Amino acid sequence: MTVMEQRGVYRPTPPPAWQLRTDPAPLLPDAEPYRVLGTEAAGKADEELLGRLYAQLVRGRRYNTQATALTKQGRLAVYPSSTGQEACEVAAALVLEERDWLFPSYRDTLAAVARGLDPVQALTLLRGDWHTGYDPREYRIAPLCTPLATQLPHAVGLAHAARLKGDDVVALAMVGDGGTSEGDFHEALNFAAVWQAPVVFLVQNNGFAISVPLDKQTAAPSLAHKAVGYGMPGRLVDGNDAAAVHEVLSEAVSRAREGGGPTLVEAVTYRMEAHTNADDATRYRGDAEVEAWRAHDPIVLLERELTERGLLDEDRMRAARDDAEAMAADLRGRMNQDPDLDPMDLFRHVYAEQTTQLREQAAQLRAELEASNEEHTDGTDGTDGEENAR
Amino acid sequence: MSTVAAERATKKAAKPATMAQALGRALRDSLAEDPAVHVLGEDVGALGGVFRVTDGLTKEFGEDRCTDTPLAEAGILGTAVGMAMYGLRPVVEMQFDAFAYPAFEQLISHVARMRNRTRGAMPMPITVRVPYGGGIGGVEHHSDSSEAYYMATPGLHVVTPATVADAYGLLRASIASDDPVVFLEPKRLYWSKADWNPDAPQAVEPIGKAVVRRTGRSATLLTYGPSVPVCMEAAEAAVAEGWDLEVVDLRSLVPFDDETVAASVRRTGRAVVVHESGGFGGPGGEIAARVTERCFHHLEAPVLRVAGFDIPYPPPMLERHHLPGVDRILDAVARLQWEADN
Repeated sequence: MTVMEQRGVYRPTPPPAWQLRTDPAPLLPDAEPYRVLGTEAAGKADEELLGRLYAQLVRGRRYNTQATALTKQGRLAVYPSSTGQEACEVAAALVLEERDWLFPSYRDTLAAVARGLDPVQALTLLRGDWHTGYDPREYRIAPLCTPLATQLPHAVGLAHAARLKGDDVVALAMVGDGGTSEGDFHEALNFAAVWQAPVVFLVQNNGFAISVPLDKQTAAPSLAHKAVGYGMPGRLVDGNDAAAVHEVLSEAVSRAREGGGPTLVEAVTYRMEAHTNADDATRYRGDAEVEAWRAHDPIVLLERELTERGLLDEDRMRAARDDAEAMAADLRGRMNQDPDLDPMDLFRHVYAEQTTQLREQAAQLRAELEASNEEHTDGTDGTDGEENAR
Repeated sequence: MSTVAAERATKKAAKPATMAQALGRALRDSLAEDPAVHVLGEDVGALGGVFRVTDGLTKEFGEDRCTDTPLAEAGILGTAVGMAMYGLRPVVEMQFDAFAYPAFEQLISHVARMRNRTRGAMPMPITVRVPYGGGIGGVEHHSDSSEAYYMATPGLHVVTPATVADAYGLLRASIASDDPVVFLEPKRLYWSKADWNPDAPQAVEPIGKAVVRRTGRSATLLTYGPSVPVCMEAAEAAVAEGWDLEVVDLRSLVPFDDETVAASVRRTGRAVVVHESGGFGGPGGEIAARVTERCFHHLEAPVLRVAGFDIPYPPPMLERHHLPGVDRILDAVARLQWEADN
């Protein structure tokens, strides 16, 4: 339970009052992550919302297992699983209005899918047929971002631009615990607070940045505590409690939309799988820790709550599983088809208008392709050996 | 008004203007014409920029259009990316060449390739203004010539003006471009003056065209930005040696105007590339290779480079020894003759 351990409480020595722009106390997060499920607060939670969260969690888990299976079949180059973190992914997608924007990191494919993106388009980057498989403006989902935390200033800039144009658009930007060490995290939070930009930063603290645990990542009492230094509220929430994450993010989104400025939300969760399929998690963490978190699984938590309140029976659970299975079957079927690639695309989207230099290179590739087609028509069936082997 | 009369009126109204003024006027006109244009950077507001290029813009257009940002280059460019995603056309100021380095990741990983990543769905019409180069007695980290880094990044345009008129025209064209442009401003030419009429309509030069500043027959000097006036001076001095030098101002490093350059070198048969950034791995190597590939059979001598030394930019009291001057250029031209004679 290393990441859940109580840390020291931040006690600033107050500077002279005239230096204080705000009393930091209301900005500070609570010492314990906020929880809804299994507490009295659960009784006040919207039943319809809990049902939607449940269906999406089940779907999300199935999506994660299906995508992981696709890496084993060689259909995905890599997949950073969000198994165990589905509550954060789903809540992030569901709190946003259609006009809002989501800024996902590379691990947040599921948030994009829960927001309505076609699962196949969401996996384009990880399959390797293009970098972004969708028009970001169509879904209001920024490209999945592989460099760490660099999408955070984009979210700030977009939210700022929207406000300048008079649109009540909110940007929700997702980042991991490791990403909070990057300079862009700092610059984004600082800009957002100075500009009072309508942004919500969601840190999914899943315990590890690949193999490096949180206590080697930061000396802060919590990642949510970092907010106070920028002059924005920090909120700590149980990232496996879908109802709690949804509630905390909803509040932050509302505050941003009403001109109250940015919020930093730290969701404490756990990455059940390795960093990606290329990583060996047994080298840096023990089974006991993983098993302890398994008991705190987001689906288990919500299932227990819904069952106890008589909101979930075997039929509803089966319906959720069937829906998830249908999504997985469709994803599997479509991912097992070879993508249709045009090598000439390499030159199409570098500049609005191709430079002379790129036109020359495009002509070279076209000639190579034509020569290779001629070879095939001369001697072979036009497919290479690798394709036949499949 | 007839063309002649208009020309006379233009000439009459023309008065000495500095490059910094022309750049400021380009920003002003762009802000006035297109509400999507936003200027942002450190000190661009009340101060008007440390070189006064943005002087008066906040006063005229308000803080939302010309914005003093926190001091953070990655943040300035990173937020500009988000603004561009929402349909704005940000123009960011990097204050000094070496101060732009914290923003490299945003520039290279996002600005340069966002169009490509999204199959053209998300262009990045961002202009990044970078004052660059030495010759103003700046202390450490204030005089780098960083153009090679930008040139090596696909997806960026890289342009640099050498005249007052080009400063205006190229900046207008850069801001109007749907692609990101790294706009390199030669610091030591900020206060160079030319007769220029800020009230007359200015021709907006297209990006990607080099210009022959001086015609000649003996050899071509291929140069850009701060080295253009030095090459012009060298060409005048060369007359005494009996050499008639052509000077080509590249203006745009990406895209590169192979046509104009090759046509000039084919006419003269000899070429020297002149720039103040280091020679090793520098722009001159690329330019010399391109010229050789296109003009080999017309060349009477190898393409030579006159560049800054391959050293970290020197302290100001020594920079005159580092910067390519007239003598060093003429020495290279002399070597061209020698190569041809032997």
